[in-house]
Amino acid sequence: MRTAMRSIALVGAVGLALAGCGGGTTAAPGAAAPQGTAYAGPVGKGEGKLSVLAWPGYAEDGSTDPKIDWVTPFEQQTGCQVSVKTFATSAEAVQLFSTGEYDVVSASGDASLRLVYGDRVQPVNTALVPNYADIFPDLKDKPWNSVGGKEYGIPHGRGANLLLYNLAENPTPPTSWSAMWDANSPEKGKISPYDDAIYIADAAVYLMATQPDLAIKNPYALDQKQFDAAIGLLKQQKPLVNEYWGDYIKQSQGLTSGAVAQGQGWQLTANLANTDGQKVGTAKPKEGATGWSDTWMVKKDTPNVNCSYLWLNHVVSPQVNAQIAEYFGEAPANQKSCALTTNKDHCTQYHAAETSFWTDVYYWTTPTETCLDGRTDTKCVAYDEWVKAWSQLRSA
Amino acid sequence: MAVATKHPLQSVLHRRPGLRLTGLLAPALAWLGLFYVVPLAFLLATAFFDTDSFTGRIIYTFTTDTVVEVLTDPGYLLTALRTVGVAAGVTLLCVVLAVPLASYMALVARPRSRAVLVALVVTPLWASYLVKVYAWRILLAPEGPLGGLSPGYGWLAVIVTLTYLWLPYMVLPVYAGIDAMRGSFLEAAADLGARPWTAFRTVVAPMLAPAVAAGSVFTFSLSLGDYITVQLVGGTNQMLGNIVYTNFSTDLPFAAAVALLPLIAMAAYLVTIRRTGALEQL
Amino acid sequence: MILSPAARWTLRTAAGLVLAFIYVPLLLVLLNSFSTSVTFAWPPPGYTLRWWQAAASNEGVRTAVVTSVQVALAATAIAVVLGTLASMALVRYTFFGREAVSLLVLLPIALPGIVTGIALNTLFTQALGGLTFFTLVAGHATFCIVIVVNNASARLRRMSGTPEEASTDLGAGPWTTWRLVTFPALRGALVAGALLAFALSFDEIIVTTFTAGPGLQTLPLWIFQNLFRPNQSPVVNVAAVVLVAASVVPVYLANRLSGGSAGATTK
Repeated sequence: MRTAMRSIALVGAVGLALAGCGGGTTAAPGAAAPQGTAYAGPVGKGEGKLSVLAWPGYAEDGSTDPKIDWVTPFEQQTGCQVSVKTFATSAEAVQLFSTGEYDVVSASGDASLRLVYGDRVQPVNTALVPNYADIFPDLKDKPWNSVGGKEYGIPHGRGANLLLYNLAENPTPPTSWSAMWDANSPEKGKISPYDDAIYIADAAVYLMATQPDLAIKNPYALDQKQFDAAIGLLKQQKPLVNEYWGDYIKQSQGLTSGAVAQGQGWQLTANLANTDGQKVGTAKPKEGATGWSDTWMVKKDTPNVNCSYLWLNHVVSPQVNAQIAEYFGEAPANQKSCALTTNKDHCTQYHAAETSFWTDVYYWTTPTETCLDGRTDTKCVAYDEWVKAWSQLRSA
Repeated sequence: MAVATKHPLQSVLHRRPGLRLTGLLAPALAWLGLFYVVPLAFLLATAFFDTDSFTGRIIYTFTTDTVVEVLTDPGYLLTALRTVGVAAGVTLLCVVLAVPLASYMALVARPRSRAVLVALVVTPLWASYLVKVYAWRILLAPEGPLGGLSPGYGWLAVIVTLTYLWLPYMVLPVYAGIDAMRGSFLEAAADLGARPWTAFRTVVAPMLAPAVAAGSVFTFSLSLGDYITVQLVGGTNQMLGNIVYTNFSTDLPFAAAVALLPLIAMAAYLVTIRRTGALEQL
Repeated sequence: MILSPAARWTLRTAAGLVLAFIYVPLLLVLLNSFSTSVTFAWPPPGYTLRWWQAAASNEGVRTAVVTSVQVALAATAIAVVLGTLASMALVRYTFFGREAVSLLVLLPIALPGIVTGIALNTLFTQALGGLTFFTLVAGHATFCIVIVVNNASARLRRMSGTPEEASTDLGAGPWTTWRLVTFPALRGALVAGALLAFALSFDEIIVTTFTAGPGLQTLPLWIFQNLFRPNQSPVVNVAAVVLVAASVVPVYLANRLSGGSAGATTK
């Protein structure tokens, strides 16, 4: 035993020495965005290969289903051979992309700013992406995809985190999130929230309506007091929870069987649950909701910059964007895609062209120390604290 | 000696046990050293550094704050305790299930059936972790096949599911252990007048200890680090692996500090089974 | 050993119950592979062959299986060689640091897979030039070593060193002793260890995520992603059923080749 402990100590000491010797860079905490320059162009012939890091379902190459393939046409048109790697969470995405092995990534709002401030991505010259012109205007130049006036990626699509409810348990469609938060909720033990630190923003959204004296303007810009209030609300919610969901199959099982009466989730989850009969409804409550819009970003100093830009343009082209939106289950980013979906009701169901629907949807943005709502007199709680607080909440 | 003239290398090795030992140990140690110790030391050492709050890049100034924070937070210690409890529970349940099955396979089954039985025990390992856990999720659902009999999702569900996953890792060593005893020891005990249960208690059980210990090392350690099963059948509960998984990207030092906990638990477990002499008994 | 009929009956029943425990969930998987539900709902609303058809035309799963088999074979081979050597050292010799080496061999499995994964990922991407097929094999071999070590050590401990000593006394060199005395007795344990190591590598997902390069996909990764792809999740049930069915024969054969008892003494 003693020898074992001594050896462990030795290993630890070696590690400390090695780690102290260098490797990795330092960055001033909460620094301003790195000064990068976008590719000036023009976009020329492809370099022959492209490495894509994407959510499952975003970059299909026919291996799942021969009919679901928008990678092979891209390879044929541009000569860029594509290899795709998928990830399960935004945290994994950031970790994997930071290894430098991938050229482009589809980053959700809770990852995009981390990549920007971590100096992993380069600004994107949107003039070099012809299809960018047709993207819905309310997705462009948003806090999660542009910093300091520069765009850092191309919007991929969007979705809202709606209130999903079991029709049998809720004869009248709910219009408020209250059953998911109130201590005396009638649905105790039957609630299904999202299992991720970014869900703290949903608590903040509810507080915006129910505790206006907290003066929360942006659910991703929370100073310590506002943050603590959100955590308090989440602690109040915990006894109500049936399960926190990380993959939507889990949630749709619960919703279909009635074990879950109400949950925060995606339209596609409801669609999935309803394939065997109408059991689940969706609603956007009056307090508003959180949402997400993923961004295609390009690695800083990537050698395959032409292929990267060609890919970006391909993915948001009307036909391909329609295909992805239908396959994955989200609203497309390209306005022209709505006419091209196989299911003509797709865009209506996902509110793709309804600008008014999205006015009270607060898209995922990575919380930074510099408050995202513009306040300069105070500091906001940064994302890593969100994650730690979430871990603590879940461990209690 | 014939060895010296015909096989010079063998004779050298024969005369120098130290050289033999080095030859035996060096490949494994070199491999583990390069591919595990060095990167792991690096990683665990980051527990003593701080991190840029946002980008996740590490700031290389030595501090023990993170480790202290982890070791003194009651929430994390409680999670650690629960995780160890689950690992212990899984190990126990695996032993309870494995011993009868292995005994049957070694003592009662016809010789031809034995190979088939081993195959039957091992093949579920190919059914994929995720598929099996989802199957248990359905089995244990309150509205599933078991209906009201189901314990529902929670710690018991986690223990049962993990037991299911790791059972082959316990059955095979125990089976090998009992099989090795077949004949001589058990016959001797019977000849000396012991009834089967007494023979089992005084002869078989102590001799099974190494085999059980070997199997338990897997069941214990694989359960310590698991975080997927608890998400699917554990309701709202969390294990240590979940904390590491949630935080590794935004706060690697913190995740590394939390990872020290299963390391300590594993070391303690190994010490315990060595202390009981289970590994040295023959 | 002569067991009373009552004892035999008890063991037979107990064994039957445990085997039922092992196979009922797999039967559920089989049933669900025919279910029309895309969300694993229970009871199955209807039955269909759709998922089986989809699996047949799914090229991704075939590639993934082949990759997984290749990785697992390579990792197991390395683990068996290194693990056998190490277990001989640990059991037959006493030396300074023996406890530490035991713990060291165990660590890759003892720590959460994500720790191993990130550690290896950092090593490969910062120091060794990138993720490739070999880095994946290296990652897997690292945690497979302990399985072989454990099985071989348990077996070696049961074997007293006497036959080996006798062999040496009779003039055999170390290699001959190994070849004619130790290895035959150890063979069963090595096969058992190899089987378990292969299975562990075949089914590993977390370390694989961090050590597989772009374009490399093993079966667990494929399954994991398919659970995220809409309307594709039941195909994983099909994959699982096929794999279980397909693996029975090789496992049976491997066991027979090892002398039939997965580690027992030869009589």
